[in-house]
Amino acid sequence: MSGISPALFWVTLSLLTYMAARAFYARIRFALFHPILVTMALIIALLRIGGIDYDEYMSGGRVITFFLGPSVVALGLPLYLRLQELKRSAPAMLTSVLFASAVGIVSVVIPALMAGAPQMVVRSLAPKSVTTPIAIVVSESIGGDASLTAAVVVVTGILGAVIGPLVLRLVGVVHPVSFGLAMGAAAHGIGTARALEEGELQGAAAGLGICICGVMTAVLTPPIVGLLLG
Amino acid sequence: MLGGLAVLLLFLLIGEAVAALGVGLPGSVIGMLLLTAALALGIVRVEWVRRSCDVLLDNLAFLFVPPGVGVMLHFDLIGRSWPAIAVAVVVSTVAVLVVSGVGSQWLFRHGGRLMASVERKQ
Repeated sequence: MSGISPALFWVTLSLLTYMAARAFYARIRFALFHPILVTMALIIALLRIGGIDYDEYMSGGRVITFFLGPSVVALGLPLYLRLQELKRSAPAMLTSVLFASAVGIVSVVIPALMAGAPQMVVRSLAPKSVTTPIAIVVSESIGGDASLTAAVVVVTGILGAVIGPLVLRLVGVVHPVSFGLAMGAAAHGIGTARALEEGELQGAAAGLGICICGVMTAVLTPPIVGLLLG
Repeated sequence: MLGGLAVLLLFLLIGEAVAALGVGLPGSVIGMLLLTAALALGIVRVEWVRRSCDVLLDNLAFLFVPPGVGVMLHFDLIGRSWPAIAVAVVVSTVAVLVVSGVGSQWLFRHGGRLMASVERKQ
């Protein structure tokens, strides 16, 4: 590819693949074909076949992920627009996410241990519900592998975005703030993207879910993992 | 649009600077909270950032494609322990959804009454 910027090539390819995956998903509406999942699979397959390594893809990938930072900041707008409604709910949101964060850590560590995962993997899984920058810092502080954590965080996000609305309906969650809060707490930015599809209030609550769950997980993970793994 | 992006990047920058002091939160999350505060205080106007925020938030999912492709770096490790990883991630994701969703909804409905009964007892 002499003369062609690899970054330009990979950004364009990612965009086109994602547009196609989204159009396909709009027709199929089958949760397993989530656009991120399909795009990931196609790009990984292409890189494998072409013998191209991840770092080369990331010359373009970095251009895309650069916009994650300003996008998280952008969640401040729906948060502000819905501030009055959310203020009243603050104690309930803080309490429920405090418990959810603790349950989230324990319920990933114990099954992973019982299923025989190595210690390093278990430690990398512990902060899986929270946004990547927090998850990586927490993972490193408890002896996990940062890049494995980053991968598991994305998988968790897709899973949460796909099964979240179904699980929440099954257990009778109808309140828009509870819906958004749960999506943000369990599936960070990807869950928030799904919550925004339901409405601005759901999206704003999801943004808070990321924030509250992120803080609680950062505080709770080291002592809980210390207790369970020694 | 461009002005809105500049505002978002400025808040990200401030957030990163605050995060560097060791607050324990990522710069982007601090930037989000600072933007909310600035909008509430009238330092930033909604119409300055509305279009940029809408464009970014409407396409949020796409931005997770590159870190998702990073899964390929761990195929060996994931291949060896995938049943443990899959079970743990599914169980825990459902647990977080249920506890935060059902818990907050229960507190929205009964929290007021709970507070009132606590006050009566005192």
